[in-house]
Amino acid sequence: MTALPPRASSLPLLAVTGLEQSFGGVMALAGVSFQVAEGLIYAVIGPNGAGKTTLFNALCGFYQPSAGSIRFADRELLGLPPYRIAARGVARTFQNLQLFFNMTVIENVMVGCHLRAKTHLFAAALRLPGIRRQEHQLRAWAMEALELCELADRAGQPASALPYGLMKRVEIARALAAKPRLLLLDEPAAGLNDTETLALRDLIARIRDSGVTVLLVEHHMPLVMGVSDRLLVLDYGSVLAEGTPADIQNDARVVAAYLGGAVSYAV
Amino acid sequence: MPEQLFQFLVTGITIGSLYALVGLGFALIYNASDVVNFAQGEFVMLGAMTAIALLNAGLPLLVAAVIATLLTVGVGLLLERFAIEPAAGASVVTTIIITIGAAIFLRGVALLLWGKDFHSLKPFSGDAPIQIGGATVLPQSLWVLGVTVVLVALVRAFFNRTLLGKALLACAFNRTAAQAVGINVKVMLRLAYGLSAGLGALAGILIAPITFSSYEAGVMLGLKGFSAAIVGGIGNPMGAVAGGVLLGVLEALGAGLVSSGYKDAIAFLFVLMVLFFEPTGLFGHKASERV
Repeated sequence: MTALPPRASSLPLLAVTGLEQSFGGVMALAGVSFQVAEGLIYAVIGPNGAGKTTLFNALCGFYQPSAGSIRFADRELLGLPPYRIAARGVARTFQNLQLFFNMTVIENVMVGCHLRAKTHLFAAALRLPGIRRQEHQLRAWAMEALELCELADRAGQPASALPYGLMKRVEIARALAAKPRLLLLDEPAAGLNDTETLALRDLIARIRDSGVTVLLVEHHMPLVMGVSDRLLVLDYGSVLAEGTPADIQNDARVVAAYLGGAVSYAV
Repeated sequence: MPEQLFQFLVTGITIGSLYALVGLGFALIYNASDVVNFAQGEFVMLGAMTAIALLNAGLPLLVAAVIATLLTVGVGLLLERFAIEPAAGASVVTTIIITIGAAIFLRGVALLLWGKDFHSLKPFSGDAPIQIGGATVLPQSLWVLGVTVVLVALVRAFFNRTLLGKALLACAFNRTAAQAVGINVKVMLRLAYGLSAGLGALAGILIAPITFSSYEAGVMLGLKGFSAAIVGGIGNPMGAVAGGVLLGVLEALGAGLVSSGYKDAIAFLFVLMVLFFEPTGLFGHKASERV
């Protein structure tokens, strides 16, 4: 796999500088810095406990980092509540599914359109024809996201009735429904079989090609190496390496800490 | 005998509609926050008492009803803002105890404002009974039924058809995910309290001509509404409506066929039976799926 040339855009979409997050005495993030250019698939890898999910939660406002800065599209995200960060164009999925199981598939995705519809929400809610039109629009937006995720035929089913692999796709569709600029995927392949993982790889590539920058936390190395444009390797809350998949695979420190399957997997 | 049964049924459905409205209020707040708001009955009382006071001050009925409802909504919002929101990190049980405290406080304020006397509202369109199929129906009962049907339909449409309703349901099910899709959970909670207070106030105004109202009228109505919500499966708004009507009918049948002294006992016995045999409520399958 050859390195992609850097995109023309001068400013990175996401610029994280010196991010620190501690839980009691544990430094989950000990000054993490990296930049993500727009239009890339950017993966974050590292051993369990390296701080990957902590990083995601900090980016989304679920945690309040003690130091550092998160600039997104040249505006600071640090200190904003999660719903405001979502409104800036950052959507995410969760490592452990967080679907609305009390709703159907399409309703889940329609809730994801919340931000897009918000501007005319109150005006429309007061008039019956407005409600009808709004519902139409929401359904159309939701179907668009479902089609991209190849879930259109499941739209009317209860979310709880789907097989696990498809539930994970519903979460992705819900995140996409908000038309984000940055999509954070937290271990999307966890629990998927090989066929589903291959389909996921295509889906992630399609999402990137539709113009959404993807930040990916994932343990499935063939998937990460195959789909990512650049990678960040975290270890004990610090950046161990950064670069293209080829750079990372040849980095001695990364191999020792993480990829060195000989040590960690051969028991 | 069949006529008598029909009469009990009419009475039961009327009073059951009220339980349904109060139960709906419980379900809304429970849905948004997992909290049972024990001040729900006080919203009912405040609606009734404020409407009566405004009417006595010379305002026309409709204006008095609208202002009383809006004032009660205001009280609901204040309750959320100054009693519930500051305890945002607290456990559900703590929040429930706060609502009990708020209920006692609201009763105290009502006692100071209006004394211990019973107050009544004159029926909206006279009190000449209407004969329907051998049963005597008060025009006020028709008001209760009509307005309840409209309100229930509106709440249903709100949850099924509007994004705001969906956002509220989303908060109920998963706050983390709701925030991640850009929903402001705090605003949703205020919305739930405001709506519940409004529904409670309207219930109070509707029933005031039939049952009289006093500063402690909300206690029993609140309990019955809570029972309706439990019978229907707490957190399921339409279940609460069905539970309320069922409870009202059973009560009326019990009062008519057994003894009116046992009417509350029959209602609560029924609730206990439901909890024994169907702990998630009669329509509570949704609630049982909560993860």
